[in-house]
Amino acid sequence: MTAPRREVLEKLTPVLTKRWLSPEAWRIGVYEQLDGYAALRKALAAHPDDLIQLVKDSGLRGRGGAGFPTGLKWGFIPQNDGKPHYLVVNADEGEPGTCKDLPLMTHDPHSLVEGVIIASYAIRANRAFIYIRGEAVHAARRLRNAVQEAYAAGYLGTNILGSGHDLDVVVHSGAGAYICGEETALLDSLEGFRGQPRLRPPFPATHGLYASPTVVNNVGTISSVPYIVLGGAAWWKTMGTEKSSGPMIYSLSGRIVNPGQYECSMGITLRELLELAGGMLPGHELRFWTPGGSSTPLLTAEHLDVPLDFEGAAAAGSILGTTATQIFSDQDCPVYATYKWLEFYHHESCGKCTPCREGNYWMVGIYRRILSGAGTHQDLDTLLDTCDNILGRSFCALGDGATSPVTSSIQYFKQDYVDYIEGRKAPRLSAKQLVGAH
Amino acid sequence: MGFSDATRAQALEIIARYPADRSRSALLPLLHLVQSEEGHVSPAGVEFCAEMLGITKAQVGAVATFYTMYKRRPAGDWLVSVCTNTMCNVLGGQEIYDRLSEHLGVGHDETTADGTITFEHAECLAACDYGPVMTVNYEFFDRVDPDTAVHVVEQLRAGQRPQPTRGARLCTLKEMAVQLAGFAEPREEALADGPAGDPTLRGVRLAQENGISVSGFDPDTPIAKKEAAK
Repeated sequence: MTAPRREVLEKLTPVLTKRWLSPEAWRIGVYEQLDGYAALRKALAAHPDDLIQLVKDSGLRGRGGAGFPTGLKWGFIPQNDGKPHYLVVNADEGEPGTCKDLPLMTHDPHSLVEGVIIASYAIRANRAFIYIRGEAVHAARRLRNAVQEAYAAGYLGTNILGSGHDLDVVVHSGAGAYICGEETALLDSLEGFRGQPRLRPPFPATHGLYASPTVVNNVGTISSVPYIVLGGAAWWKTMGTEKSSGPMIYSLSGRIVNPGQYECSMGITLRELLELAGGMLPGHELRFWTPGGSSTPLLTAEHLDVPLDFEGAAAAGSILGTTATQIFSDQDCPVYATYKWLEFYHHESCGKCTPCREGNYWMVGIYRRILSGAGTHQDLDTLLDTCDNILGRSFCALGDGATSPVTSSIQYFKQDYVDYIEGRKAPRLSAKQLVGAH
Repeated sequence: MGFSDATRAQALEIIARYPADRSRSALLPLLHLVQSEEGHVSPAGVEFCAEMLGITKAQVGAVATFYTMYKRRPAGDWLVSVCTNTMCNVLGGQEIYDRLSEHLGVGHDETTADGTITFEHAECLAACDYGPVMTVNYEFFDRVDPDTAVHVVEQLRAGQRPQPTRGARLCTLKEMAVQLAGFAEPREEALADGPAGDPTLRGVRLAQENGISVSGFDPDTPIAKKEAAK
């Protein structure tokens, strides 16, 4: 393993991850010594509209996968409408491969709390909810403690730091449902219902939580806000690309020497990320990877130089997603990998839309058939046809996401499928797992 | 079974967190709460939530059955979950699951005969850089293999509490459910447990070791005012 070159090292941009080096940064006293709550004081002295403009000027885009411009989203909230406004933080991290929000909330929870207060002030919300994945117990433990500390310090509650702004924050634990990471399903869940997505329009900006104007933002998005308030939009834009500004936490996992979190300037390539992460494990050769979780179409060794920003990933036929870079080698089977993802989508489909509910069920069955050596050539057509009937035909992106690994793996690795079908590859599953597959 | 006065008081505290006319928002935490007393969501637990919120048992049941963390049969003190989603799976998660299943003699969502361990396979637990992972009551055991996984469950069965690789020292599933209902961790030392692991810090350490930081950061950069901007 060779050390990364200087020009690659310089793509590292430790901003949101910087406090992770201070083991006690989750305590308010330490956080305050590390610039903590300075952005809040500065923000409360500014006009809320100027904060929205600042975030627009920074070019900050949502870190939860869709990349929607954050300032624009905030600007959609109607003002002086007499309705309560809400800020809801989507901390329901669960996209396969994604593991950036949990460490952020565990090791630097106050940056999220501070971002929540600033964002709530900007959109004039007096209540904010942090909907955290149920299984994320240690992150929730630290976050609840941070909220308590913030109340005690006068950063939450009534008349925050004499500004006249009031804010209450509730940390609300989910209960095990990937679908609740979809913003409208999250809102239904937060209202005490099954987490099922809503038809849009109307959008949450006007009819969100309790049918009131609501901003739903990802953890990374909100945690970015204090830095933008302190350093300014121009500084933020020194990182990343013109349309994808700022730093991004790339989560590298799989067949590499040093898996982990690498916060880099947006637009870095996988080749450079691999250099930072010590390269592929000895004896492994890169075969396929996800740029941003399992819902983003697979890429291959041909795509090592694709800039990993919103535009670059799209131009390569994929999606930047959550920058969860899962790296697989020649020792991993793309058909089996896709099968496991499909089992996930099948399990997590909320059942509301027929194409997603039924399509994923049947596709899992077809994958079992192929992997047990009983597949047919027609199965490939059936898979693609099923994807065609799911993509764009369900309320939310879960259905769309399920088709990504299927269509992309057939596009790049059709021969692997054919090898199972024609008996050149040994079956991965036994016949007993075939029950119900026909 | 009837729920204790303490649970009833906690339920009222939960409901008070949400807007007065939106008490149904308290349903998920209330279901965690009844699980903290009974170890699962029983018909009595469903009835309790319905009564507290003034909604029907059918409405509560529809929600309770949607989410995987609500257990519908009595669970053990220790919920052992093995990630078998793609990344952990190819890194060895499937072998861990199969070995534990054989060792414990139970399958997915089943509890051992002695009632101590409930076993399940889990979807992505957001720790892929530590894969393959398993959790006990949602605290992480990182980079496990079949042997270490068996050792962990054996310790649990012997009444010990193995220390998770990350996260806090273990508490029982019922105690964890209290926190899931939104109450603070009562153990100060558990809050402090769990320093960041190596994978979490890799990028930021690499930057530190090489003297890389983002230049031009001035916390006093003024925020442009509307009038001034135009």
